[in-house]
Amino acid sequence: MKNSIGRELSDDLMRNYQPFKSTKIGNPIVQRVAPKVRVSTGDNKVTDSLADVVRKTVKDGMTISFHHHLREGDFIFNLVMDEIIKQGIQDLTLAPSSLTNVMNDKVIEAIKAGTITHIESSGMRGTLGEAVSHGILKDPVILRSHGSRARAIENGETKIDVAFLGVPNADRCGNANGMTGDAAFGSLGYALIDAQYADQVVLLTDNIVDYPNTPASIKQTQVDYVVKVDQVGDPDRIGSGATRFTKNPKDLKIAKMVNNVIVHSPYFKQGFSFQTGSGGAALAVARFLKQSMLDKQITASFALGGITTPIVDLMNDGLVQKVMDVQDFDKGAADSMKNNQNQQEIDASWYADADNKGAMVDQLDVCILSALEIDTDFNVNVMTGSNGVLRGAIGGHQDAATAKMTIISAPLTRGRIATVVPKVGTVVTPGESIDVLVTEAGVAVNPARQDLIAAFKKVPSIPLVTIEELQQKAEAIVGKPEPLQHTNKTVAMIEYRDGTIIDEVKEIKD
Amino acid sequence: MEIKQTALAGTLESSDIQVTISQGNHGIEIDLDSSVEKLYGKQIRKVIIETIQAYGIENAKVKAVDKGALDCVIKARVMTAVQRALGTSDEPNWEVL
Repeated sequence: MKNSIGRELSDDLMRNYQPFKSTKIGNPIVQRVAPKVRVSTGDNKVTDSLADVVRKTVKDGMTISFHHHLREGDFIFNLVMDEIIKQGIQDLTLAPSSLTNVMNDKVIEAIKAGTITHIESSGMRGTLGEAVSHGILKDPVILRSHGSRARAIENGETKIDVAFLGVPNADRCGNANGMTGDAAFGSLGYALIDAQYADQVVLLTDNIVDYPNTPASIKQTQVDYVVKVDQVGDPDRIGSGATRFTKNPKDLKIAKMVNNVIVHSPYFKQGFSFQTGSGGAALAVARFLKQSMLDKQITASFALGGITTPIVDLMNDGLVQKVMDVQDFDKGAADSMKNNQNQQEIDASWYADADNKGAMVDQLDVCILSALEIDTDFNVNVMTGSNGVLRGAIGGHQDAATAKMTIISAPLTRGRIATVVPKVGTVVTPGESIDVLVTEAGVAVNPARQDLIAAFKKVPSIPLVTIEELQQKAEAIVGKPEPLQHTNKTVAMIEYRDGTIIDEVKEIKD
Repeated sequence: MEIKQTALAGTLESSDIQVTISQGNHGIEIDLDSSVEKLYGKQIRKVIIETIQAYGIENAKVKAVDKGALDCVIKARVMTAVQRALGTSDEPNWEVL
């Protein structure tokens, strides 16, 4: 069968799913689930023995989860998976908020041992992306946005039996936050959903503090065990260091044009809101935007999403009133949360869940996102590389793209790979929710947004072109690639944020 | 034209191609290692062969390590390698250009 944007979906896999229809969510009534609670007074939760906790909690066929706030510095995932593999547990579904490179080899080991047979994630890359793209799993991986993961957990599509959550501090009853301790990473945004909905919640920490621990992002009412470990993570690899301002002239040109687009849009007015990513160009946009806000004497009501130091600096300069923070990409952003009440920790549901009584993304004016590929229908791929291999993550891409003006900022080509293509390899975010594409070779506006075209036409600093012109320009530079060869096997299903299927990723044929 | 010596042009930097040309006896033999082999392997081979043939060379061994170079870069690196191999670096062949 085909979905509404013409992507071919396997009939046998679609028996349990609906095909993607539209970005509009409407006002359905949804039923949420609640976790089982093993009643205790809260004493005797602390233990040194991860082996005992795994023995008591994890059984064959269960779904287990982790968060990825410790990113490439994570020690918890490998520690826990080692123990689970050692105990010979089989047929688990791994459902973390995302998978980072440091987890890859352990996941592959667990798949080979029969320990992990199913995966749900925001994305995957590196050796694991290669292995899955070459068909290491029998059933396809389910890939969801951060908002969609919260939705699936809340409505029971994903039922987490045991959540293993690394935290930089906790008291003996399980009150914990992400802000202090050697492994501090700031917001616990993604893990808060696991703590709320998993049947069994296991905290792992290297820093047991006096009871009661405040502020308590994760609460003692949610936690079954507190496992004392030697080290939660490597502080140097949890967040990147000080993010340097890009000197790449192409990035700067794109960033400047993105800023021009924002400033000349109808949304740039007192109290506007925005979200930027963490890439070089996105960080440069923050700097240009700062100057524009100073010049026009405009302040923003909030900045949303994954937070970086340049965003925190805007808050400290009084240009952004609130930072609504689901994760912190660098040390500066992570450190600032505990000192500034205007930097509010938000969970993934509050941030981005479509099945909600309003999520923050629904209030967002301007959003700047990246793309591996974008096609002439404005569909965006952030999941598979030019060779068809899984090498990215949906993250909040689909969710934040519901902003009133969504800007994709991307170079026209990367090496010999075109970014603007006739048809993307994998659709992650539908063109319906993309409004503007900014490249160094010009700005293309989605024809559905005639209002924006009219607004930008009057501005000499915005070189308007059609997306077809950009695609042809890219092809003239790099040439026409040979089509990729796939088998019929589906290795991953891409959910849209409402749980419908927007695309499938097929196994690579070598 | 006869290849006099083994010659090399280009680097292993991203978006470049390193081309080594030496004597051969079985037509133009290409050993290509490319980061975009699946997408552009055929096209890269075509540009290398056409560029070498324009010099009237019928036999050569070519080792090419490609890091996603554009066609114009591939052509330039092959021409440089060929002229070095022919010992004609200081007399550019304007007709090939």
